[in-house]
Amino acid sequence: MNSLLRGNAMASKLRGAAPSGTWQLFAGLTFLLLISPWFLYPLFLTKVLCFALFATAFNLLIGFGGLMSFGHAAFFGIASYIAAYCARTWGVPPELAIPLAVAGAAVLGVLIGALAIRRQGVYFSMITLALAQMVYFLCVQLPFTGGEDGIQGGVRLPFLGLFELNNDWGSYYFCAVVFLAGTWFAHRVVHSPFGQVIQAIRDNEPRAISLGYNVYRYKLTLFALSAGLSGLAGGLKATLFQVASLPDVHWSMSGEVLLISLIGGVGTQLGPLVGAFVVIAIEHYLAPFGSWVTITQGVAFIAVVVLFPKGIVGSWGSRVPGLFRSRAQAAVHSPPKQD
Amino acid sequence: MSELFGVPMTALAGQLMLGIINGAFYAILSLGLAVVFGLLNVINFAHGAQYMLGALVAWALLNSWGISYWWSLLLAPMAVGAIGLVLEKFLIARVAYDHRYGMLVTYGLALIAQGLVRDHFGAAGLPYSVPEALRGGVDLGFVFAPYYRVWVVAASLTLCVLTYLCIEKTPLGANLRAATENGALAECFGINVKLLSTLTYGAAVALAAFAGVLAAPMYSVNPVMGADLIIVVFAVVVIGGMGSLSGAVVAGLGLGIAEGLTKTFYPPASNIVIFIIMAVVLTLRPAGLFGRDKG
Repeated sequence: MNSLLRGNAMASKLRGAAPSGTWQLFAGLTFLLLISPWFLYPLFLTKVLCFALFATAFNLLIGFGGLMSFGHAAFFGIASYIAAYCARTWGVPPELAIPLAVAGAAVLGVLIGALAIRRQGVYFSMITLALAQMVYFLCVQLPFTGGEDGIQGGVRLPFLGLFELNNDWGSYYFCAVVFLAGTWFAHRVVHSPFGQVIQAIRDNEPRAISLGYNVYRYKLTLFALSAGLSGLAGGLKATLFQVASLPDVHWSMSGEVLLISLIGGVGTQLGPLVGAFVVIAIEHYLAPFGSWVTITQGVAFIAVVVLFPKGIVGSWGSRVPGLFRSRAQAAVHSPPKQD
Repeated sequence: MSELFGVPMTALAGQLMLGIINGAFYAILSLGLAVVFGLLNVINFAHGAQYMLGALVAWALLNSWGISYWWSLLLAPMAVGAIGLVLEKFLIARVAYDHRYGMLVTYGLALIAQGLVRDHFGAAGLPYSVPEALRGGVDLGFVFAPYYRVWVVAASLTLCVLTYLCIEKTPLGANLRAATENGALAECFGINVKLLSTLTYGAAVALAAFAGVLAAPMYSVNPVMGADLIIVVFAVVVIGGMGSLSGAVVAGLGLGIAEGLTKTFYPPASNIVIFIIMAVVLTLRPAGLFGRDKG
């Protein structure tokens, strides 16, 4: 793992480790989510939050596990299909459809993860990409996905029979609550003993093995958690926008979540939200120009890697003077490891 | 015997031929990926886009200047290879210290290439007709073999063998293998590893473009023709292992044939058969069939 990606994660861990900082962070985030629909179009924000949640799940894997998956669209997409299918065909309410979607994505995560973590580095990326492409082909061919048309329409049933999702504001606040819960969950995972072992494995796998940790099982658990959380994002998106279609499982979706994570800052807590805002805004404003969305994304990939590999939040964080700077900087300059 | 397990022999032979052609493309592309990864430590995600650009340049040469297929076979790889040289020198070499960064940057390049092509030429396929000399075909009794397909098989296999010989038997290839084994040490012996890396990348890109020109008359020229192919090639590389060049070629051909057979006996699985084989290989032999690398 490269020192920059790792240092970035270390720095954020050091910043976020203090309990007081955590409460401030979540209080600030809650406030921001509460007031933002007064300034921006709620549907746009709902989309941003869905992708921010997806990137949070992805960030768990790449930022803290050091595993660069190129196939996360499979989990997002399959969950999207499951939620849409349950709601459309069986009239399943969201409080059941979304957990089903999460479970489906997590199971797929265990299957794909068990194969992919047998190899490391670029091989891991290529295997996840290839297996996700297989899922894509299955979605093209299997009858329940509706092929090219996808699954569309239907009624947005109220959550638990009480909470109305059938308007933009209702669905936005529902989405915000789920996003906060997902972010909190990811935060708890990172700062749990499990999360500490995961970061130890990322930093020095042979040493973690020699200390007696079952590295394979830790990585697989992390992969499944990340897949399940991606499933939460996919299920949420399908429930709120009432559409599940092939772009959700396509490899370009895997690239998109990677771009969101990179732009925001790999291994940072606010990175996914900032990255999702930037990427979705670009898509939103460039949509009339067709292919220029793809071109801009390509340029953004190169620009981020070459100019600021720590992303927006990561670059901002490292310039904060004082308190954590020396330790964070020390982490950034630690020697790189081969893998 | 005109049937095998209820499938007519002619259909089987036809699919086998297509399988060999696809396999030859897999072989050329995975060969390029393996050589570049060995020397530069970069997985070239743009390899598929460069294959697509080869086909597109051939199409543009024919339609803008009336330059024939045969000249395109020479000119298109040179043009796309030149772009590759510039990209390697000024961009890819700078991020090659981490193979993840290399993969991300080349992914970005692939997106840019696809986006630009779609913007200028549209998403629909551009037709490219088979050159005059290779129209028609020969009836071999059990199968009708179009001349063009025979030519593609012959040309791509020759190319694989030539590349292999060039790397294994020439002084330049010896330098390349030395630099792959240990770049710093090779530099001590006076080999210009940077220049070698740039040239190797250019050559691999040219190979991909050549395959693209070969593919142009068979498949329609469209922006994502390479992106879909490169993902399959990644699976081929995982199956074959990037440690050995002959392994890449054998795995490529074998998987192409396996795909062709699946298309004959159980068409719905033909898209995913290579990924299933990859899953099985990963379970039984994680390092790949011919893998010497421990990654």
